Amino acid sequence: MLKVRVVKQRDGFKLDVNFEAPTPGVVALFGRSGCGKTTTIDIISGLLEADEARIELDGDVLEDTSARTGRDTRADTAKAAGTAAVSGAGSRARTGIRVPPERRRIGYVFQDGRLFPHMSVLRNLRYGMTRAGRDARGVSAASSQKIELEPIVSLLGLEPLLQRRPYQLSGGEKQRVSLGRALLSQPRMLLLDEPLAALDAARREEVLPYLERLRDNFSIPMVYVSHQFDEVLRLATHVVLMDGGHVLAQGTLNEVSLVPALRDIVGADSVGAVLDGVVRGVNASAGMADLQVGAGVLNVSVRGVGVGEHVRVQLLARDIILAVEAPRGLSVRNELRGVVVALADDEDEAVLVTVNVGGANVLSRVTRSAVGSLGLRIGLAVWVLVKAVSTRGHAFRVSGRV
Amino acid sequence: MQLSPAELDALRLSLVVAARSVLFSLPFAVIIAWLLTRGRFAGRWLLDAFVHLPLVLPPVAIGYVLLLVFGNHGPIGGWLHNNFGIQLAFTTAGAALATAVMAFPLMVRSIRLSLENVDPGLEAAARTLGARPVDRFFTITLPLMLPGVLAGAVTAFAAGLGEFGAVITFAANVPGVTRTIPLALYTAIQSPGGDDQALRLAVMSFVLGLIGLLLAEMLARRARSLVGR
Repeated sequence: MLKVRVVKQRDGFKLDVNFEAPTPGVVALFGRSGCGKTTTIDIISGLLEADEARIELDGDVLEDTSARTGRDTRADTAKAAGTAAVSGAGSRARTGIRVPPERRRIGYVFQDGRLFPHMSVLRNLRYGMTRAGRDARGVSAASSQKIELEPIVSLLGLEPLLQRRPYQLSGGEKQRVSLGRALLSQPRMLLLDEPLAALDAARREEVLPYLERLRDNFSIPMVYVSHQFDEVLRLATHVVLMDGGHVLAQGTLNEVSLVPALRDIVGADSVGAVLDGVVRGVNASAGMADLQVGAGVLNVSVRGVGVGEHVRVQLLARDIILAVEAPRGLSVRNELRGVVVALADDEDEAVLVTVNVGGANVLSRVTRSAVGSLGLRIGLAVWVLVKAVSTRGHAFRVSGRV
Repeated sequence: MQLSPAELDALRLSLVVAARSVLFSLPFAVIIAWLLTRGRFAGRWLLDAFVHLPLVLPPVAIGYVLLLVFGNHGPIGGWLHNNFGIQLAFTTAGAALATAVMAFPLMVRSIRLSLENVDPGLEAAARTLGARPVDRFFTITLPLMLPGVLAGAVTAFAAGLGEFGAVITFAANVPGVTRTIPLALYTAIQSPGGDDQALRLAVMSFVLGLIGLLLAEMLARRARSLVGR
């Protein structure tokens, strides 16, 4: 479990964040630029000092400004954030616990890569590796097996780059090296600060699969900062929705995808329930698959998946049709039975209807006049219609653990 | 052009004095530059001003202050003389010290500029990879500021070849001991019929200075490509 509580006031901006996420897994800090995501992970890494902080990873306290012995006064606590540096987690100083970043064993993948320009790719990769282990004292072993150079090099496709210098790499290559370098430092957790933000669309697509492999092949907890919902959709197992320095909501993707405040961040057209399902059948030539989602089966557009694999799909609210009678003679491939559980006013005279389809909730945006003429109300049984082709580009294979 | 033994002596002394001054002051210059760039302490502006004093003071005044402090009866000079038998005033080592003090601001300035160009983000990255402060300095910060360190050293060396006022005041004009090229040049101008000699020494200074500056530029370029910029 990762438990984070941080407070930091700076230039009239107050960051006050509190979240918990299961480990291992990928927790996404999601929100608009400037909402405090990067500040939060800077504090988790130890590079930035908070006014108040408590950071706990798998039972080890990395930072706790309020931890102190006996009868110390509050005034000491404020100083603690600045000065106390205690070796090893769990030990206590008079003024608080603060493991310095170089001993936290938390890998950090920066938005701009930050490769060392005077070293070859190989030396960059080895930098953290040779320094790892030395400081394992006081921190419980994250994973029993060591992360070796060769598997990482081949996993991230770095063989042809090893002798190059950072300035000879493309943006995508830099980020892959940066990922490898962080992984080889034998971290007990990885922080990723919008590692794809500086890349164009093609480079993003080049790096994303590597991030997915990372998530699927290692049991290292990750905190992934992003303001792109599609990245969160593909990578995250847990989402913390942030705005203006605060946490608006947190939970699984399905839970957070139903939060009304999400609309203000992703835009009305990107609102839609996220469902996780297991592949029951595949039509490879059509690029379609049948997903078992809760009690129902959903036919979606997704390539390269096999029976038994897990697939995540987002059903955009604007693409979902509701019917109050059994539909007949339609081209729609998915008809799920459900019950209306909530109605909420949306922008432009629209209404966002939440329908429970047996274990999972989906969202549908309909006009207010449709609500009136169909008589939509809470408790009403409806058919939820989803065009299979509308899911194209919104369905992704995720690891078995998700 | 055949050099006379006296000219060769002056040339050798100039090179030795400049080299010793650079070797001696380089570590201090790196530390001071680091303090001025990264240090957070009260009185930083005072240190900054103090380091730059040789740029604005008359070199003779610097030489005189050195004489007061490092002379055999000065607080530091006396201590060195009584305890270790080291004499600085009127010696080659003294000439090197005077040269070092005069060239110090040049060196600090160059190193400081290069340090300001080192991205603190890279040091932060090294931190997350487990590098401690000293380790970080030697593996990240120092290599990245190397172009400035080298350029500063070569510039200080070239400037040191020509230091006059502080040297003649503190170390005097002793042939074969402290009479460097500029001092020999001054002596030649002062002596009747020394015009020919003076011209030859002036040409030597000119050539040496030019070589020094070209070398500085070349080294800086080499070092920049070494750090991948």
